Amino acid sequence: MPTLNIELLESKLKENFNENILSSDKDADMFTIVVTKESYHDVVRFLKEDAYFNFHYLTTLCGLHYPDSPFPFGLMVQLHNMPENSRIRIKTFTGDNEPTFKTLTDLWPAANWMERETYDFFGFKFTGHPDLRRILNMDSLEGWPMRKEYPLEDPFRKDKDDKMFGR
Amino acid sequence: MMKNQQVTNPTNTALQEKDYTILNLGPTHPATHGIFQNVMKMDGELIVSAEPTIGYIHRAFEKLAERRPFYQITTITDRMNYCSSPINNMGWHMTVEKLAGIEIPKRVQYLRVIIMELARISDHIICNSVIGVDSGAMTGFLYIFQWREFIYEIYEELCGARLTTNIGRIGGLERDFNEKAWEKIHYFLKEFPAGLKEFENLLVRNRIFMDRTIKCGPISAERAMAYSFSGPNLRAAGVDYDVRVMNPYSSYEEFNFTIPIGTNGDTYDRFMVRQREMWESLSIIQQAIDKVNALEDKTSFHGNVPEFFLPPKEEVYNSMEALIWHFKIVMGETTIPKGEVYHCVEGGNGELGFYLVSDGGRTPYRLHFRRPCYIYYQAYPEMVKGSMLSDAILTMSSMNVIAGELDS
Repeated sequence: MPTLNIELLESKLKENFNENILSSDKDADMFTIVVTKESYHDVVRFLKEDAYFNFHYLTTLCGLHYPDSPFPFGLMVQLHNMPENSRIRIKTFTGDNEPTFKTLTDLWPAANWMERETYDFFGFKFTGHPDLRRILNMDSLEGWPMRKEYPLEDPFRKDKDDKMFGR
Repeated sequence: MMKNQQVTNPTNTALQEKDYTILNLGPTHPATHGIFQNVMKMDGELIVSAEPTIGYIHRAFEKLAERRPFYQITTITDRMNYCSSPINNMGWHMTVEKLAGIEIPKRVQYLRVIIMELARISDHIICNSVIGVDSGAMTGFLYIFQWREFIYEIYEELCGARLTTNIGRIGGLERDFNEKAWEKIHYFLKEFPAGLKEFENLLVRNRIFMDRTIKCGPISAERAMAYSFSGPNLRAAGVDYDVRVMNPYSSYEEFNFTIPIGTNGDTYDRFMVRQREMWESLSIIQQAIDKVNALEDKTSFHGNVPEFFLPPKEEVYNSMEALIWHFKIVMGETTIPKGEVYHCVEGGNGELGFYLVSDGGRTPYRLHFRRPCYIYYQAYPEMVKGSMLSDAILTMSSMNVIAGELDS
């Protein structure tokens, strides 16, 4: 069970990044914070390098898309502090149509392919990334497949009516 | 004369004109066990750099999952790490159960542990015997594979399928273990240790095998953590991280087992960690059977979750309520809470995570799979740099990179 003092973490983050921490949620399955895009890299660096909080392990990273929100594109990062067995989820959202985030490859080499996958599927740019190319899809693919407007099947198919099954 | 003018620094000509060979290892190569391409720059027999290309069997699982009701996603998870599909299936069921707050009876949790540990053994059998094959020892592979076949026969008794199992349902298992399944599990527990011992005798202290695998494709604990390794590969480097202990699920906290770790993170350590884990898995299965037998509850194989668990067929044919529930579940019309949840299980090769965002609709709003293979395979160029080509083959098979999981 997590032993890290979440209250202390919350107040430390508020103290260091004050208005850049947009919200925090202690009741979710893990402690979740939403931060501004500008401070995203600094917050992650702080969580990694702070000797007490020590979130030294990058669990996963993925893109999010909420087309109806004023800030449709988001990035979700999960970190893990193994000695204390605590996990944290950091989310950041942006309203740009061509979202650009600072890369995490300077903190973890593991972020390389995770960010390439996010670029491949959502079209997010990562400044400072050493090798930002498509990774799973073919290079000639047009568009960003995991964005909500991208159709799962050929939209011109007439032989199939799946109104019942569509979202 | 002309040639001399082109060279700006004549003392370095040897370096500049050195011939490197570009070697395409893959995409389909008998020694890569799956569709992996590596463009390797070779200096004679030594690897100067390797550049992996992946995605040859990408099937857009995350996009597909956004259009499928929750129970249909189980079949997607089968096709990720197809050497241990049941662990993926269980991981997915538990993710949905965590989101919906479903209570699972103890008996089902223990039965799930039995299935997951059988799957772990079959996964490790494949990986370890293939390390033997790639180092030239075919015999162990041929002998131990009958046990992997036997585990698949147990799956057949439990769910009817062998490779892509689709085992269990959200809320429990689709049916109880039958007599035949118990018989086979007991037979397996009785006879497999001898087979595993025979396999170990062939390889563990084999001089040729040790020479071949020790110091082959090593990675330090520090680099392994930086590359977000998990599972046996991380443990071989000396970090005792196991999701079963760190974040227990399905009552793993009640079991007694040790986590084997290595020291050098090389091929031999990875082999030995998997080997030890198979023995631990056997003991976990035995403990789970004892726990099942000690329970008063002898029959339950699913929780009380009419919203997710299909009613029995006799009821569907004969009662209106059951028919309605059946219809609602199949059409995905059951209510699921809004929210987001991350659940991870210890898969065959590491922390297999499911990040699920639900908007209360019939399908996930967003589902992200944390696939351990995908994350640690990016360390491969660093691990094989400067080693021989044949060591690169061994390193890849000992990392247990599964194409289905890598490419999702």
